[in-house]
Amino acid sequence: MSRTGTNQPLLQVENLRVEIPGRRGTLVAVDDISFAIGEGEVLGVVGESGAGKSLTGAAVIGLLEPPCRIAGGQILFDSRRIDNLPYEKLRRIRGRHIGMVFQDPLTSLNPLYTVGRQLTETILTHSDLSEKGARKRALELLQEVGIPAAERRIDQYPHEFSGGMRQRVVIALALCASPRLIIADEPTTALDVSIQAQIITLLKRLCRDHGAAVMLVTHDMGVIAETADRVAVMYAGRIVEIGPVADVVLRARHPYTEGLMGSIPLVGHDVDRLTQIDGAMPRLNAIPAGCAFNPRCPKAFERCRQARPELETVEATEAACWLYEEAPERSGTDG
Amino acid sequence: MAEARPVQAVDDVLVEVEGLAKLFDVSPPLLNRLLQGQKRVLLTAVDDVSFKIPRGKTFSLVGESGCGKSTVARLVVGLHAATRGRILFEGADMAGVTERAEAAALRKRLQMIFQDPYASLNPRWRVSDIIAEPIRAHKLIDGRRAIAARVGELLEQVGLAAADGEKFPHEFSGGQRQRISIARALASNPEFLVCDEPTSALDVSVQAQILNLMKALQRELGLTYLFISHDLAVVYHISDYVGVMYLGRLVEWGEAKALFRRPQHPYTRMLLDAIPDLEMTGRPRIPVAGEVPSPIAPPSGCHFHPRCPFAEERCRREAPQPLATAAGEVSCHAVAEGRLPEVERAAPPAATET
Amino acid sequence: MAVGENQQAGVRRGFATHLADGVRRFFHGDLWHSFTRSPVVMVSAVITVVFVASAIFAPLVAPYDPFDLASIDLLDSEIPPIWIEGGDPRFLLGTDDQGRGILSTMIYGARISLGVGFASVLFAMVLGVGLGLLSGYLGGTVDAIIMRIADVQLTFPAILIALLIDGLSRTVLPRDLHGEIWFYVLVLAIGLSFWVQYARTVRGSAMVERSKEYVQAAQVIGIPPLLIMLRHVLPNVMGPVLVIATINLAIAVITEATLSFLGVGVPPTSPSLGTLIRVGNDFLFSGSWWITIFPGAALAILVLAVNLLGDWLRDALNPKLR
Repeated sequence: MSRTGTNQPLLQVENLRVEIPGRRGTLVAVDDISFAIGEGEVLGVVGESGAGKSLTGAAVIGLLEPPCRIAGGQILFDSRRIDNLPYEKLRRIRGRHIGMVFQDPLTSLNPLYTVGRQLTETILTHSDLSEKGARKRALELLQEVGIPAAERRIDQYPHEFSGGMRQRVVIALALCASPRLIIADEPTTALDVSIQAQIITLLKRLCRDHGAAVMLVTHDMGVIAETADRVAVMYAGRIVEIGPVADVVLRARHPYTEGLMGSIPLVGHDVDRLTQIDGAMPRLNAIPAGCAFNPRCPKAFERCRQARPELETVEATEAACWLYEEAPERSGTDG
Repeated sequence: MAEARPVQAVDDVLVEVEGLAKLFDVSPPLLNRLLQGQKRVLLTAVDDVSFKIPRGKTFSLVGESGCGKSTVARLVVGLHAATRGRILFEGADMAGVTERAEAAALRKRLQMIFQDPYASLNPRWRVSDIIAEPIRAHKLIDGRRAIAARVGELLEQVGLAAADGEKFPHEFSGGQRQRISIARALASNPEFLVCDEPTSALDVSVQAQILNLMKALQRELGLTYLFISHDLAVVYHISDYVGVMYLGRLVEWGEAKALFRRPQHPYTRMLLDAIPDLEMTGRPRIPVAGEVPSPIAPPSGCHFHPRCPFAEERCRREAPQPLATAAGEVSCHAVAEGRLPEVERAAPPAATET
Repeated sequence: MAVGENQQAGVRRGFATHLADGVRRFFHGDLWHSFTRSPVVMVSAVITVVFVASAIFAPLVAPYDPFDLASIDLLDSEIPPIWIEGGDPRFLLGTDDQGRGILSTMIYGARISLGVGFASVLFAMVLGVGLGLLSGYLGGTVDAIIMRIADVQLTFPAILIALLIDGLSRTVLPRDLHGEIWFYVLVLAIGLSFWVQYARTVRGSAMVERSKEYVQAAQVIGIPPLLIMLRHVLPNVMGPVLVIATINLAIAVITEATLSFLGVGVPPTSPSLGTLIRVGNDFLFSGSWWITIFPGAALAILVLAVNLLGDWLRDALNPKLR
């Protein structure tokens, strides 16, 4: 693996398009999105249900469930195209270099094997350690993810662990091959608040220690704000805003991001009404023309209904919104 | 119009819960007990919980999964029978109402909103029939046309169109379904709504819509809410009073703003610390240690002692009794003995945006 | 009075639009779509419909009435099918030992076979769904008692139960009455051996539905348990029941044929397909193979078609396979 070309990002997604063919026509779930993740960077991908964020994650690791399929664009990992690789080759790259953490820790673990055996086997397939060495490494990993009494718990089965502890095991499993990229899909959603905080802290520390890049897919802005370096906000299959996390969270540019942030209640903020985005995310078979957000947007004008905006640099972030285009039409807004 | 009322002078109490307890029998089947000599196993889901809800106010119960908050909600609406304790509605013990007509009269005064908008509506019923069910069950209105008019009115009240009544639940999004659920709950003109995590299955922007709707309805109709949630920010936004539960016990309750500003119980402080920092203040977070133990064999004394940084010998031995605070009550030996550092959570800087 | 009529009309119009709605939704639904995509299923459906229709309209479809003694001539006995030498154009598939046309007896036989099949499936369904609903929704002691009875029932094979009931009815009831009540005996016998399957399925689904929030919502509203079971739970557990019923129909037809073959089912005077096979069996070695082969083939085709329909229905209604 060549690690040269440091200016190249680790993961590069270009014009990715994911389609779901159905008998009433083909639905476009992810529509022409591009983003990149650098070495050791945490990119948060945030959006509400139906935004296409999970499908984006699945497309990157080649785990799209049929009939969903990649219909356009390319995915480059370490400057190598991985979206068109045959299954076996992709599987090898996935095992070695890309780790995965899913929402439900129970489904990621085999209930019939002890935690230690699952870890050891994964380590053995990706390194030339001896059986003993692999077990030692497994133990270290369990200790690293903060499992108390790891020496005893390594020989227990997944059902003997609590939800939070299971998610730690899954993270340890993802770390087995020392991957350079970890894709985490809603890793904290199924957990209690206090456990959620623990897992976020753990993820942050591990990325720092291992230098792994993370693509963190979640609906929870709080998790993003705590963890991510940069954040991409998705709406109806498109990225509407992407930029450094502090800029997006505190100074959102796109009206959707702005509304989303305003709709989150905060402890200590005494407001009678939360900012409300009326309506709901459009269904995939009824995505409006132009900017997909225009029917719900308080600032929409004629242009928004006609043409789809592309991502444009707006100060520190990039937003796909006609408000930020240097065009004379701006003065002629209706309403 | 909202005059600051001292907490102690809760005079107009609509619902009062007194020493409420619920034990679930989670024993293995009789045959296994007889053949393998296994014992009966009882799970204490709710343990001696008492609180009062003033008329027109929102009382929230907050806590992590397994703390018993949902069980309290189900006890209050009568889905479970209490093992011990009383639930008083306008001073009358609800368990004492045995006469049919009286029970029905009481039933229509309290309703419930559920967590999962996809499971709380019968998928085979039209929305208009779902909403009309309480009206028909209690014979509140006679005649098809009058019922249809009332259903349309309810749909509009929750922000849907009267014509939506013709559709089936699967034609609606999660947020719209929750509106239908609210319309059904309002159909019998209740005074008291028990809301069990009504927004936790929804996206944030939809959550905001539902929370705004619930607040508006409360103001319009003078509703009283018992609100169950695990999300402290939501609870802070909607509540007048908050109770914090841990492993079946109410460890602290009080007036919402005061409680969040000066949390007393170490568990309350821990929960507040666990909220993600969305204002990017860089406030250091002390991650909470440990996990919630099994409610089948809870720790001795104060249930929280294994995770509590202030635990002492007494905490392991003896369960703390409620103690009056500025905001309400707290059950903690450390607070009682004055061993806890007083914290005042700085009010966040005024919102910079907009 | 006028107001009442108006309301009546309103109700009727409401029903008509609901029906039209339902029909429209059916033809636009996934079920119809998966139906039109599978030729095997469509052929099965056509075969089933042909069988059921000719059974219902037997007097119109059959060339002769095999029960009409006036039209039967013993001289016509054992005529082979028309494409074999000695065939008679009046009898497409030949005749039996009493000179009845095989085709006609088969059509009337199918009528009895399907009649017994439908009735016993309906009986088993009502019994099983009712007990399963009570068991799953109420739980506790009621559940324990019903399920233990079901367990005991399962240890007896269907044929044995049928033989037992048939035998009982013959000893308890006067002999001449049997000629009239054989139908009910068969339905009872076959139905009783099938109800457990429905009860278990419905119990499982009812337990799942009971814990769902829409049922709790109805409880909070104060709807009595029986109404909750009928109005809320029942419609939501019927999907798998219909699948079982379809597959059971095939099994019921076979069971009836088996019982008739064993001589404890339908009396020879009004033969079902099974009776025909048994009667024809005696002539198999005398060379008149058509007397037993044609009813046998008809039975096999009918059962196969209904089974295929049932399998398809199970897959089409299973969201995991869609």
